[in-house]
Amino acid sequence: MDLVLPFVVGSLIAAGMYMMMRRSMIKLLIGLALLSHAANLLIFTAAGLVRGRAPLVAEQESVPRSPYADPLPQALILTAIVIGFGLLAFSIALVYRSYHVTETDDLDELTTTEK
Amino acid sequence: MTVPLSLPVLIPLVAAAVSLVAWRHLWLQRLLGVFGAAGLLAASILLLGIVRRDGIQTVQMGGWPAPFGITLVADHFSAIMLLVTGVIGLVVAVYSLVDIDVPRQSFAYFPLLQILLMGVSAAFLTGDLFNLYVWFEVMLISSFVLLALGSERAQLEGALKYVTLNLVSSFLFLTGVGVLYGAVGTLNMADIAQRLESLHPGLVTTLAMLFLIAFGIKAALFPLFFWLPASYHTPPAAVSAVFAGLLTKVGVYALIRVFTLLFVHDVGFTHTLILVVSGLTMVTGVLGAIAQNEFRRILSFHIVSQIGYMILGLGLFTPLGLAGSVFYIVHHILVKTNLFLVSGVAHILRGTYDLDELGGLYGRAPWLALGFAIPALSLAGMPPLSGFIAKLALVRAGFETDEFTIVAVAIAVSLLTLYSMAKIWNAVFWKEPPPHPHPIAGEHPIKPLKRYEVVLLATPVAFLAALTLSLGLLAGPAFSVAQAAADELLDPARYIETVLGDRG
Repeated sequence: MDLVLPFVVGSLIAAGMYMMMRRSMIKLLIGLALLSHAANLLIFTAAGLVRGRAPLVAEQESVPRSPYADPLPQALILTAIVIGFGLLAFSIALVYRSYHVTETDDLDELTTTEK
Repeated sequence: MTVPLSLPVLIPLVAAAVSLVAWRHLWLQRLLGVFGAAGLLAASILLLGIVRRDGIQTVQMGGWPAPFGITLVADHFSAIMLLVTGVIGLVVAVYSLVDIDVPRQSFAYFPLLQILLMGVSAAFLTGDLFNLYVWFEVMLISSFVLLALGSERAQLEGALKYVTLNLVSSFLFLTGVGVLYGAVGTLNMADIAQRLESLHPGLVTTLAMLFLIAFGIKAALFPLFFWLPASYHTPPAAVSAVFAGLLTKVGVYALIRVFTLLFVHDVGFTHTLILVVSGLTMVTGVLGAIAQNEFRRILSFHIVSQIGYMILGLGLFTPLGLAGSVFYIVHHILVKTNLFLVSGVAHILRGTYDLDELGGLYGRAPWLALGFAIPALSLAGMPPLSGFIAKLALVRAGFETDEFTIVAVAIAVSLLTLYSMAKIWNAVFWKEPPPHPHPIAGEHPIKPLKRYEVVLLATPVAFLAALTLSLGLLAGPAFSVAQAAADELLDPARYIETVLGDRG
């Protein structure tokens, strides 16, 4: 898994960036979602993978026996997922609203502010 | 120490929460908006006083000792930034009472403003890298809503660009945090600073670049600034004023923080790069401004150009340079917010931001002309105003380190800034108004102002202009505070010791 996950992260970033560079707003949203997943997975991978060792403290001891899975990255990811969810929900609403107002899905046509 | 350090976060939080409960009572929301910001200002004055007297202050949130818990840290730099945040929050809240229309106000404008102020204040205070990310997001999400609130076509287009690029920046920031945690196993900035020394320098430089790009997008550095002039001129003037004053400066703050505390292993490479970027940012910003013919777009490009000056001091990495940067940030926030507020008043009086359609405001509102002239001349760096002192410090720091090219660039850019300001002055205040006085119908009808409305618009402008003037006239004491901040920034050992001191 240690070898597979970095490639998964890389592919997610590449796919996300590719989607963001397309002209469609919906693809932009998909790109943003992919990027946030890539970041979460990257935190998970970069912090080191430990399999099947929950960070539980045994009786009469004060620290869990190493190696154990670090719980902090998972807490970070949980926070990042919640934030990412909120941001994506807002972005979807924004794209929906701007589709109604501008009547286009093409990012290249959003030029009224660039005169 | 718990109370004074957490007040700048708690006051806006409580004000926002109570305003949301009082959804149907607009007058209460307005009251809370103004008094919440005033409370923030009072708390930040208190905090700066404490920091001046007793040095760096820390609080371990939840009682967990550093580096396990989240630490709030206030050094001189944080306290100064908080103070300016308080000032801007208060003046913009007052100005918004008139400038923001009632439909926007009744869709949670004031609670959003408070949440924005909370995010900014907390970002200045936190001593934990992931916590900084969280506060960035708090600040971003409220700025997204403020930017799009009202759903005019221009706003939505601007918001789409702003949202996308800021989310990419957040992604890079989060990636950097993830890799950094994987490498050093801690998120407390003081602790990271200690442990980075044992890391491979190549990895540290890579991380430094990741953070430079992530914060560079937020701070609108060259070549990552495109979202700023595409979005800052679209929302109501009060919103763009608070954005122009505070948001990019949080990016600059984060840059200065990580490149003085964490990434100081290879100053020859990283800080020289910052110096080059600062020069390019100054030049592209000011050249972009020359090509524009819309009040707020000119000002937006000047934000970009001014960010270059703030980073310049960081690139020089000397006590005088950093003190110049800190002073410049304070000066810039006051001046730039004021210019945006003036543009908003011009818009209220004439119904447009287009320089060709504006004119004759010198006769119509002489106080506004004065309110524009002081910050505009200060922005260009005229003595005895605050911009002159800030630029003088940076230029002297440049001479001390023999960086003559960047000094020449900084001075040339000042001249071009003066040109832009003169252009606005001529078009908005001096030239005769176009023959058809009120041609702009439709979206922004002009309504006659009542007497109290004029007072509410003029007081913030006058207050900020007075601050700019006094920052220039009382440069001695003000600059000594900036120097204290720079000394702390260049001596990270003090910061680290104060944060981790409880551990031993």
